[in-house]
Amino acid sequence: MLGRTLREVSAALKQGQITPTELCQKCLSLIKKTKFLNAYITVSEEVALKQAEESEKRYKKGHSLGDLDGIPIAVKDNFSTSGIETTCASNMLKGYVPPYNATVVQKLLDQGAVLMGKTNLDEFAMGSGSTDGVFGPVKNPWSYSKQYREKTKHKAHGENEDSNWLITGGSSGGSAAAVATFTCFAALGSDTGGSTRNPAAHCGVVGFKPSYGLVSRHGLIPLVNSMDVPGILTRCVDDAAIVLGMLAGHDPKDSTTVQDPVKPFTLPSLTDVSKLCIGIPKEYLTPELSSEVQSLWSKAANLFESEGAKVIEVSLPHTSYSIVCYHVLCTSEVASNMARFDGLEYGHRCDIDVSTEAMYAATRREGFNDVVRGRILSGNFFLLKENYENYFIKAQKVRRLIANDFVNVFNSGVDVLLTPTTLREAVPYQEFIKEDNRTRSAQDDIFTQAVNMAGLPAVSVPVALSNQGLPVGLQFIGRAFHDQQLLTVAKWFEKQVQFPVTQLQELMDDCSSVFEIEKLASVNFC
Amino acid sequence: MAAPMLRGCCLARRGALACIDGGSRHGRGAAIGCRSSGKRGRSSVAQQPLITAQKSGKGEHAWAAVVGLEIHAQISSNSKLFSGSQVQFAAPPNSLVSFFDASLPGTLPVLNRRCVEAAVMTGLALKCHINKKSLFDRKHYFYADLPAGYQITQQRLPIAVNGSLEYSVCVGKKRSQVITRTARIKQIQLEQDSGKSLHDELRSQTLIDLNRAGVGLLEVVLEPDMSCGEEAATAVRELQLILQALGTSQANMAEGQLRVDANISVHHPGEPLGVRTEVKNLNSARFLARAIDSEIERQINELENGREILNETRSFDCKLGCTIPMRDKEGKQDYRFMPEPNLPPLLLYDTASLPPGADPQQVINIDRIREQLPELPSETREQLVQQYGMLPEHSFTILNEVGLLEFFQNVIKETRAEPKKVTSWILNNFLGFLKQQNLAVNESPVTPSALAELLNLLDRKAISSSAAKQVFEELWRSKGKTPSQIVSEKQLELMQDGEALNQVCLAVMEEHPQVLLRKRQCR
Repeated sequence: MLGRTLREVSAALKQGQITPTELCQKCLSLIKKTKFLNAYITVSEEVALKQAEESEKRYKKGHSLGDLDGIPIAVKDNFSTSGIETTCASNMLKGYVPPYNATVVQKLLDQGAVLMGKTNLDEFAMGSGSTDGVFGPVKNPWSYSKQYREKTKHKAHGENEDSNWLITGGSSGGSAAAVATFTCFAALGSDTGGSTRNPAAHCGVVGFKPSYGLVSRHGLIPLVNSMDVPGILTRCVDDAAIVLGMLAGHDPKDSTTVQDPVKPFTLPSLTDVSKLCIGIPKEYLTPELSSEVQSLWSKAANLFESEGAKVIEVSLPHTSYSIVCYHVLCTSEVASNMARFDGLEYGHRCDIDVSTEAMYAATRREGFNDVVRGRILSGNFFLLKENYENYFIKAQKVRRLIANDFVNVFNSGVDVLLTPTTLREAVPYQEFIKEDNRTRSAQDDIFTQAVNMAGLPAVSVPVALSNQGLPVGLQFIGRAFHDQQLLTVAKWFEKQVQFPVTQLQELMDDCSSVFEIEKLASVNFC
Repeated sequence: MAAPMLRGCCLARRGALACIDGGSRHGRGAAIGCRSSGKRGRSSVAQQPLITAQKSGKGEHAWAAVVGLEIHAQISSNSKLFSGSQVQFAAPPNSLVSFFDASLPGTLPVLNRRCVEAAVMTGLALKCHINKKSLFDRKHYFYADLPAGYQITQQRLPIAVNGSLEYSVCVGKKRSQVITRTARIKQIQLEQDSGKSLHDELRSQTLIDLNRAGVGLLEVVLEPDMSCGEEAATAVRELQLILQALGTSQANMAEGQLRVDANISVHHPGEPLGVRTEVKNLNSARFLARAIDSEIERQINELENGREILNETRSFDCKLGCTIPMRDKEGKQDYRFMPEPNLPPLLLYDTASLPPGADPQQVINIDRIREQLPELPSETREQLVQQYGMLPEHSFTILNEVGLLEFFQNVIKETRAEPKKVTSWILNNFLGFLKQQNLAVNESPVTPSALAELLNLLDRKAISSSAAKQVFEELWRSKGKTPSQIVSEKQLELMQDGEALNQVCLAVMEEHPQVLLRKRQCR
């Protein structure tokens, strides 16, 4: 039952094959079994069981609230949840219990969803590994999959097996791992430069970043306000569309959301792609791209072409400036957004009380990790009067150019862009931490970041397993507010590639029965 | 002697009509009063009257002072600029604080329509150009009563620009010549107020009250077109009257709804402007002019003694009567301005540019707000002059005293007396009594009806004008009595009966035969 998709389990609930409480308990027990993955910071067991109970009552009365009623979900720990600790994986917010729900959380709860807990991340979502949070790194469940173990048996032999575990990517690594290990059916992530799509690709799940302004940010503890978007992680594209339907639309509490009403929708099943034009941005073919990912990318392009779609090479000429531009804009907004954490109203406060200034300084030194402090420092440097024109203004102009690149491509008749999501599959933690956070983030966000600058919708869809038996994702980028069209194309693609389900039986030995894995499709795509 | 109260320095400072002494020195000794040529009229360029430093010989070292103002007016609105919390003066500490006001992470600003309308209306009243597109920025500094670590303001593109504020000063020996001056308005911007820090020195603690945090402010920036404390105070008073007439701010300085910062420098005319200082938090009408004048005096003294003026922030110590440097804001502040990413550009429309089918709740039409502009103080004064033949300077006094215009109008309604008579009585007797006892108009023991009745008695010649003054004094003392009662109690009626009067005269003559005799002999 847990291996099913959201739509499937929703149908099972409606048909009474399983009750919300049973479903919730199964997920809770799986969360306990996979605790060592460190996907969750807080497991809201009591709340979840209570919500499940209420859902059950509704089902019994025949008053189900809809597709999400009774469905276990998880939420990244940078969304405010009323009465549930929200930490951003930072000492600064340890013990902080928000008095209100983020709009997206409230919307899910209003639909009857059952909140299993708050998922792990890089501190304040600053990172691409989910390794830099105060609660420790998230381990990629694929590290323990049959598929990966079989391929790497010879290497792992004789070594401490656990030292070879892989990162999930980030910063929404906890949410990606939670969905990948079947502890929930959908999870919220956040996406500022790729933080939803990157871990989705590494964990073999669907990671969707909606158009900026389509989904409310109210209650999402910000990284970069002008780029942040709540992300959706699910096990299939259809599920992402269901969740998007519940979340999208104007929020009076977020002035940057669209005014036009958004109706819930179901994705059509595309059968004919011959009218589609798929753009392949040539700048995304970088030397750092692994040959395996590159080959899967071109196979995907060929697949579209062979099915009659028009596939053309396009140019996004300002792509190479994206990283450095993002660095300036991101750190500047970070410097500003983090100014509120002064130990006065909420969060950590140091013991020093000689003066207000000394209290601020010590509170912030103790509360933030090096990554956060480093970004605050550079951001404030860029915002200084003497530097503002040379850095911030320039970066804003470059951002406009990057956004215009996309506009030009879409105006030339391209419907959807197809790119890799990441340079390669997930790497072992030991290898990942050889580079510092900044270098890693700069490298890992290379295919995902520009999308945030332009506010476009994008989705990472798992396509196949690498030679190592690890998931690889490809990214589709759509026109602004054409999220539905984008997901329709992604759904068609997902159906063609038949990505395999993680085989975690070994890992969860005794609970293998909870995985009624229906489809064990071919690992070999194309 | 005409209306001595009108001339007093203290009144002039509070009034929108400053009485400026052209020749004689007054005030604090140094010649820092404004000298006026009387011909500048409506000139909007920086007015730089010459100031002679106390120590130098006459006319040797002429100094000119340049004063610009930044005025913060709290917008009169039910809720704050970006949150739904109520706005209320003197509520229990931290009782009016929303999640946004306390800067809880994840909260976002939502612009209050009423505040935007207030800004547009104020901009229109001050002849500003209203920007149909304006932007919000973050201004960063760490302070305990600024929970977010930044203030949302409009630095790059404010809602209104290039306006003007006209105020009047009276000049000449008798100060009877009213001259209109103009201070250019650089801009009006919408911004958030901060909270309040309450320092408990005893326990070396600072307590924070966030009730005020996030209340909408209009920052009105006046170009350095003023040249002394009195001009500045007069301009501020005029702005205050305008805001009150518009209803966009209660502009009560005692409640902190109107706060003034002044940028001050001195220089020799014809030379570049001097280094300026900023005198912060001039929050009392009483001290505004004094603070500015004392800072001008200080700067002149510094320069005369070969010292330099530092570009610094100072505050006025009303006990010492001079400005002192502010310690906690020393050094250069870099506010690290940045666009506020959570607020889209603020777009305004006029009837011509209004998008068809636009939801009236979602758009603001400048033309509609212009239609709603009430009568402004200058128009009210004009009206008083036209309708009642009032002297212009008197119309200023009537408007400057809170409640006096209404009092005047109520008296006029109920009396047959000549308007000029009413004006004279109100300005000379009524206002004189109020001032003597330091009362506000609404605290007066004499009601408009009572004064109207008294003036009717006078008009009917039922009492003499000296008796009227006696009745007035009695009214002041014995609340509740009507003028007629007092007149009859004190037998102050003028005798209208000729026969009775004749009898009285005869009786007096009979009682004083000696006097009568002497008179006759003289003749």
